[in-house]
Amino acid sequence: MATVFIPTALRAFTDRQSQVEITSDTVGEAISALAALYPDLAPHILDDEGALRGFVNVFIGQTNIRETQGLDTPVATTDEVSIVPAIAGGSDLARRV
Amino acid sequence: MIDLPLSIAKRVHAEGVLAFPNECCGALLGSVDAVGTQELRHVVDILALPNTREAEEQYHRFVITPEDYLRAEQFARTEGLDLVGFYHSHPNAPARPSDYDREHAWPNLSYVIVATLLRDGKAAAGDVTSWELSLDRSRFDAEEQVAL
Ligand SMILES: [Zn+2]
Repeated sequence: MATVFIPTALRAFTDRQSQVEITSDTVGEAISALAALYPDLAPHILDDEGALRGFVNVFIGQTNIRETQGLDTPVATTDEVSIVPAIAGGSDLARRV
Repeated sequence: MIDLPLSIAKRVHAEGVLAFPNECCGALLGSVDAVGTQELRHVVDILALPNTREAEEQYHRFVITPEDYLRAEQFARTEGLDLVGFYHSHPNAPARPSDYDREHAWPNLSYVIVATLLRDGKAAAGDVTSWELSLDRSRFDAEEQVAL
């Protein structure tokens, strides 16, 4: 079983679990299984078509799946799968002072 | 709720001053306690992360790469801590979240903002505030600072 790491921001939707063991062949299956296990989590990571939301990245080990086969990327039982939220922000300053 | 010790606030100050007139950014590391239905996030360490926005936008924008986020979370784990939020600076602007901040924020994290400014010709830090996104994403609520 692969281990899926849940970011702090989303643990409110996984009964506070920081990691969940999932059996699956691909990242897509792992994410779907996770979403089925925790339905409140689903809208935060998947869009209406079941694709990964733009603000969310998934890594296997240190590799972003956007750089491999996306949701079709195979998952081995020893893999660590991390859900990574995009972080950005900034002030209202309209132009450089 | 956040427990942000003065020693940590001073380190955020220093990061803000160092990056001025650009925005700094980094992760807040610590632990989370349940207090009734609320969460109390204790910050015990920070990890400065690179602002990877293009240089000409950094005066009012920051972005943390997913790779750096992952590095911060894995560093926290090796320290026996959790990633409990993020900090960034607002150069020449108030320590209040912008709409842009809110649109890019996540719930269940603390967002610490430090105002930075030029004082007597030198970069200096102003207010430090902390905010939490409401679950429906409609607003940022000022976080109660808990002194323990
Ligand atoms: Zn901001």
